[in-house]
Amino acid sequence: MLPPIVRMTLEGRAGQVRHARMEKLGMPTNTDTPMMISRRALLLAGSASLLAGAVLPGISFAQEAAGGTLVMTISPEPNAMISAFNSASPVAVISSKMTEGLLRYDFELQPHPELATAWEVSADGLTITFHLREGVKWHDGQPFTSADVAYSIMEILKQHHPRGRGVFSGVESAETPDEHTVILHLKTPAPALMSALAGAESPILPKHIYEGTDVLNNPANNAPIGTGPFKFVEWSRGSHIILERNPDYWEAGHPLIDRLVVRNYADSSARVAAFEADEINLGGDGLIPLNEVKRFESNPAFQVETRGTEMNNSLDVLECNMRNPYLAKREVRQALMHAIDKDKMLDIVWYKLAELLTGPIPQSLPNFYSADVPSYPFDPARSEQLLEAAGLPKQADGFRFKLRLIWPATGDTYDRAAQFLRQQFRKVGVDLDLQSADVPTFINQVYANYDFDLSMFPSSVGSDPTIGSQRFFLSTAIKQGTPFVNASGYSNPEMDAVLNKAAVEPNAEARKALLAEFQKIAMTDLPMLPLARPIYVTVASANVRDFITGPEGIRSNYATLSIAK
Amino acid sequence: MTSLRRPFPWKFLITRLVHAVFTVLGIAIVAFLLLQLAPGDAAQALAGESGTADAEYLASLRAQMGLDRPIYEQLGAFLMRILRFDLGYSFRYGTDVASLIFSRMPATLLLMVSSILIALVGGLFFGITAARHVNRLPDRLISIFALLFYATPPFWIGLMMILIFSVQLGWAPTGGMINIVAGHTGFAAVLDIAHHLVLPALVQAFFYFAIYTRLVRTGMLEVLNLEYIRVARAKGISENRIAYRHALQNAVLPLVTVVGTNVGTILGGAVLTETVFSWPGVGRLMFDALFQRDLNLLLSILVISSIFVVIANLVVDLLYCVINPTVELR
Repeated sequence: MLPPIVRMTLEGRAGQVRHARMEKLGMPTNTDTPMMISRRALLLAGSASLLAGAVLPGISFAQEAAGGTLVMTISPEPNAMISAFNSASPVAVISSKMTEGLLRYDFELQPHPELATAWEVSADGLTITFHLREGVKWHDGQPFTSADVAYSIMEILKQHHPRGRGVFSGVESAETPDEHTVILHLKTPAPALMSALAGAESPILPKHIYEGTDVLNNPANNAPIGTGPFKFVEWSRGSHIILERNPDYWEAGHPLIDRLVVRNYADSSARVAAFEADEINLGGDGLIPLNEVKRFESNPAFQVETRGTEMNNSLDVLECNMRNPYLAKREVRQALMHAIDKDKMLDIVWYKLAELLTGPIPQSLPNFYSADVPSYPFDPARSEQLLEAAGLPKQADGFRFKLRLIWPATGDTYDRAAQFLRQQFRKVGVDLDLQSADVPTFINQVYANYDFDLSMFPSSVGSDPTIGSQRFFLSTAIKQGTPFVNASGYSNPEMDAVLNKAAVEPNAEARKALLAEFQKIAMTDLPMLPLARPIYVTVASANVRDFITGPEGIRSNYATLSIAK
Repeated sequence: MTSLRRPFPWKFLITRLVHAVFTVLGIAIVAFLLLQLAPGDAAQALAGESGTADAEYLASLRAQMGLDRPIYEQLGAFLMRILRFDLGYSFRYGTDVASLIFSRMPATLLLMVSSILIALVGGLFFGITAARHVNRLPDRLISIFALLFYATPPFWIGLMMILIFSVQLGWAPTGGMINIVAGHTGFAAVLDIAHHLVLPALVQAFFYFAIYTRLVRTGMLEVLNLEYIRVARAKGISENRIAYRHALQNAVLPLVTVVGTNVGTILGGAVLTETVFSWPGVGRLMFDALFQRDLNLLLSILVISSIFVVIANLVVDLLYCVINPTVELR
């Protein structure tokens, strides 16, 4: 009885977009302006409300649309309410409505004030000063002060946040000269830290609730007390979550809606039906199956938004296990790259809703992306040439050798991709065995036992390569048993030096140059074959305004979201 | 109907209850050992969801969950908890297992009990009707539909019903158990739940209905040819009364057995329906627990399920002699 439902329900990460189409038109994809050509131009102007003042002055939806209840869906159901201890994507979506961070970001990933109104980073990068917003209150009425920030960073994020343990590792102490100033003292500069302070990623929590308790099992983790625009009301596991407007929110007149309800739909087809029956108004992270996205795009009752994953940058890649004698040869890895017809793959696997990668960093991170890397155009003849040169001639059965590809069963996209890759690789004489595994099995096999040849999985770059990318390339990140680190066994002292320098380089230009060097080495050595950045769409009813206002997408706090009457 | 015309079978009951305790413990041990074979553990599943974790973090997760201890110690701790009726704590959900399961039990019980009742009423009526018109049109039609319902996967029927009755006609909600936005109270809330219950209960009932109909039909066919029915006819008793009073009582024993097994699987039996209709029940909780390697939660549900099965079997055995006094309990 299980197999069909496994397929049905695990389609989680599916949706995607027209980003790719826009790229073919030669348009940059990471700024606001190109989106203005779409039929939803007005809505998007609204949705970019942070910038709307500059783009279309005078348009505001706020007056016509105060109040109301927004029903959204998050899939899979979040298993915690606070993203400080569990950084899973669904948790970040709900957590960010109740708790806030020091900063928020625009689509260029430039920081803007949230709980911090101003900040200075010293020239050596070793001191960061935050001036905090005054008059902010926790949901229980207590005042928000610098002590809360210092406590959250030193005692919660640095200790317990799965990514924060790395991001804040350089922070030695947090000084609080007065109630509204925090000074972080660092051992080494940490340029990536400044792009990890959004509410969804690094929430600031109340010291008076957590201090002196077992923070991991604090009751407030399931019923948060934050500073955010929405207060926690109820979480009925398996069914729904209810949040209500925080009347004392620091931004006067906000949030614009009265209630935010999250409903849980385990099955993707049921989710589509619930949208069509107007029972839910909003859902993101690609929870609509890829093949349904077009239908939603052409239906005037819905809006389909392609932006809002620029903080995450999840990439579909093939990691090569270099312990395998074939894959240990660089020519073989290069030959595999030449064997993939990526344009066709974009159509067939991602329904064109993806950005094809040229290297380990996507173009959605314009501050870091470099096009100056070795490229591997689709060229089966060149591929076969490389394989011959590697001393791997075709055997009697027509194949040179066989590899095994494993991927986590999280949706049908990877199933399609695997079938596609098998066809392509077979054409150059490389046979492929396919193995789909549930997530714990995948992690156990790939990261604990190194029992794989090729592994296809979503590898997240995050908002900065130091946060997301380097763990797949550093030789010091070869840690058997630790998931989502260097499983290829790749080790290159030159690569280590470049990445380690980039991690602590306070000068932005010098850092960009170092990261360009990283991309060049990564594409020469190819421990990982980059495929594409799938674009997860957000779907909303036609009357929902400002549901994607920045790169955090559905992980922003929704203080400005409104529902037109 | 005859009631028990003998002393209450205390000895039978006590023996069976003692057996039941050992059965449940045996199931717990076997399930525990089997689940150890699943590759990966809860810490890796959590880390997989987060997309990142360092070795120290994983180690602290494992220590917190007790996964770093040897298997036999984990098994011992688990059995001790079961014996004390303490189901432990789910680190993935951040709450204790008992309240997690029991908060979702009412939804599943409501769905399963109403669907089994619907299926019983429908199965009895159509089964008897088919038997009375054996090999004629009503029998053929009923058999065809019963076979169709039996052979069609419930999730497909569910999705089709959502498309027709929820999306196209708008008669029923697509899923969930209550209208959260409206926030009904009192009698309106009861009506609201009933409104949400209709489609999933029907879908779940279709599957049972098909089995029940066929069982009743077969049972009735055997009985309707017996001498005493002919005698009843000769006495001029109406056909309806013969079917429902005289024949049925002797024809339903197989049905009682099967309903008993269905009641036994009440907790996990509706996973597909719960998934399609976003019904917040235990089946879905169990399904998720499996993929998250939340073994303690999964084992707790399995143990409670096995208790249900044992009790359902016992009740069915007792029911036999209520329905048919010639059955003896030993």
